[in-house]
Amino acid sequence: MSLIEIKNLVKRFGKFEALRGINLNLVKGEVAVLMGPNGSGKTTLIKSILGLVIPDSGEIIVGGKKISDDFRYREQIGYMPQIANYPENLKVKELFSIVKDIRGKSSTDDELIEDFGIGNIIEKKFGQLSGGFKQRVTAAIAFLYNPEILILDEPTSSLDPLSNEIMKKKILKEKQNGKLMLVSSHIVSESEEIADRIIYLLDGKVIFNKKLSELKNGDGRVRLGDKIKTHISDYKLHVNNE
Amino acid sequence: MNKKILKYIFLDLIRSRFILTYTVILFLISLFINYVSDSPQKTAASLLNVVLIIIPLVSMIFSSIHYYNSKEFMEFLLTQPVARSEIFRCEYLAVSLALCFAFIAGIGSIVILSGMSGAMIYLMISGLFLTFIFTGGAFLIASLVTDKVRGIGIAILMWLYFSVMFDGFVLMIFYLFRDYPLNNFIIGLTMLNPIDLSRILILMQLDISALMGFSGATFKNFFGQFYGKIISLLLMLIWIFIPLFLSQRIFKKKNF
Repeated sequence: MSLIEIKNLVKRFGKFEALRGINLNLVKGEVAVLMGPNGSGKTTLIKSILGLVIPDSGEIIVGGKKISDDFRYREQIGYMPQIANYPENLKVKELFSIVKDIRGKSSTDDELIEDFGIGNIIEKKFGQLSGGFKQRVTAAIAFLYNPEILILDEPTSSLDPLSNEIMKKKILKEKQNGKLMLVSSHIVSESEEIADRIIYLLDGKVIFNKKLSELKNGDGRVRLGDKIKTHISDYKLHVNNE
Repeated sequence: MNKKILKYIFLDLIRSRFILTYTVILFLISLFINYVSDSPQKTAASLLNVVLIIIPLVSMIFSSIHYYNSKEFMEFLLTQPVARSEIFRCEYLAVSLALCFAFIAGIGSIVILSGMSGAMIYLMISGLFLTFIFTGGAFLIASLVTDKVRGIGIAILMWLYFSVMFDGFVLMIFYLFRDYPLNNFIIGLTMLNPIDLSRILILMQLDISALMGFSGATFKNFFGQFYGKIISLLLMLIWIFIPLFLSQRIFKKKNF
């Protein structure tokens, strides 16, 4: 069953069309990597699913319910933003307890807190943390309540190599637990490691949406970057012919 | 209302250096004024001018800076299972309560020291009202204008308008149309400025007609002392809710 269903999603900012009719079906137990150049609509798409951006037309259905009807669908979603900028004078543990209070659940997934070594900085103020630690705290918060869906916006952009590995391991583990991950990324090699599905956006449209195995045609030696390039040039040729 | 969200945003603000500095400055100013003036009446009258200038200015600037700086945190809260309007109300209440806290902590001791006169009580009340009003105004501007620098610029301009330019306009109108009976019109104009309203409120209590100015005197003559106070308090209450209502509507439909 699809956890996230997007039908004909359109979003305009003034004259600029950020999303032009997106159709997507995302199922559980899959890592879907969202790729595309800057300004292709990745963030707008993610923000629409989270309810941060209100679409002009089209529907988003999460867990069988239209998201415009009820904000409670966000209980199923954990989100890790690209930029971590939380109140400077709050302690790390206080940030955790805000989420704890909003979600009101008792069972937590503390694995990332331990693996990232957040226990040592739990009494520190958020403003005193280094960029890497800020990012680690946001990641731990996203995974904290065992959500069905995880949306990670460039999760590894400012993580050190070791934390990067921990993050990738966690993503693959949660996939095994049957969760849906929607990850946006610029890095081809990284996407190749974690993705089951690559969704490529260009100018607010889905250019291709294929399983990684399908893209590579079962040939392990094929470089993903080359495949993506061919698909894009095919698409451009197609557009020019029309 | 999610009290925990409110609590933590408030806690963050209370710990900030800005709120501490604001408290200390208010305390030093009121201490100095209390020291140099020889009667509680005079203390209240001098403090009045400070309150009417500083509170709107600080509320406007601090609240708009806070709004822009907590953009990412607001976005994060919005991705949690909470209603949009609730997050807005928590942010607004936390900021205005933190500013009110600083105001009471800064000026409160002097109010008690100078004998809790009626004028001082009204001074406190209008200070709190002005904090709520101008924090709401700043939130309205910040939710309309996405660009931080432009937003803060507009906030300063609005402060300048309400605290300086407005009186100039009233005087100009009065001068240009001096041959006509303008009393009721001036009363109407006064209602359009919360700073004027609180000035009238305190001066009516002090009963210093020399300081009350034209609009104040007209106001008092028209409504009488008692009803004048009630009406100006009611109007200030309206002044709190109009920007709040508008900005919450914008916030609910906004793209982040």
